[in-house]
Amino acid sequence: MFYNTDLTSRLMLGTARYPSPAVLKQAIVASGAEVITVSLRREGAQGTAFRELLAESGCRLLPNTAGCYSAREAVTTAQMARELLGTSWIKLEVIGDPDTLQPDPFGLVEAARILCAEGFEVFPYTTEDIVVGERLIEAGCKVLMPWGAPIGTGQGLRNIEGLRSMRAHFSDVPLVIDAGIGAPSQAAMAMEMGFDAVLLNTAVANALDPVAMAAAFARAVEAGRQAHVAGLMPRRDMATPSTPVFGMAELA
Amino acid sequence: MQIDLNGEARATGARTLAALIEEQGFDAASVATALNGNFVPAPARAAALLHEGAKVEVLAPMQGG
Repeated sequence: MFYNTDLTSRLMLGTARYPSPAVLKQAIVASGAEVITVSLRREGAQGTAFRELLAESGCRLLPNTAGCYSAREAVTTAQMARELLGTSWIKLEVIGDPDTLQPDPFGLVEAARILCAEGFEVFPYTTEDIVVGERLIEAGCKVLMPWGAPIGTGQGLRNIEGLRSMRAHFSDVPLVIDAGIGAPSQAAMAMEMGFDAVLLNTAVANALDPVAMAAAFARAVEAGRQAHVAGLMPRRDMATPSTPVFGMAELA
Repeated sequence: MQIDLNGEARATGARTLAALIEEQGFDAASVATALNGNFVPAPARAAALLHEGAKVEVLAPMQGG
């Protein structure tokens, strides 16, 4: 599925903004996620406890380059993450705008090119722009992660038709909806549309009960995937009776 | 000499990045380091010389989305 790694769960979970480490730990379990994201930040007092939590989770780690505004920063962060966590996986974020946290496609492609050449397995956080996607594939990315909506907004899939086009265009490339998902129904929809996985954080972390919400997302992602595999019925503009007309009594 | 460690001014007697990590009490195996914006792999820290005003970053995995 992703760089020759098969996963059972199609839900990836972020580890930030939970009310406590204990809740984070339980939410990871409830989500069934096998991949969790982490950042790299200045070493402080909490570092050891968090490292232990990561190890105990048994999850594969996907370090990010969150907060980087240039290719150079992102590349350095990725290099540091690889040494520290012993993984070549990197969730590549190069941000272009502080209000929308929209990816900077130019910096993103530049950083992806450098990192792929250095043997990284890059998960680029991108938009639904097909041309940018093509450039990322040319750079060596074997996964694309289009946003649903700006990070942390919970707006869901803001450009459904654009995402549908992207899914159709990159039929053989694993695509992960990353960012903007606020509700399980939105995650289910992404999966129904044929996306390979969903990555989310705030929707679980900021729920009233993050552990229960993690479980809800797990089911939604599973249901959406199952629906995609089962094949959705085509949409129609006009009604068509599901009950047969044949054999109907004349009572009028 | 005066350096900048994780965004804070520090006086240090260390001459190399490896010595600084030890002097400041970091667990050398649990952190990744950068000097002036460039990644310095752990085996290269002993040869990475500090200078007046050097910018050192010592990072660890933290919560992230």
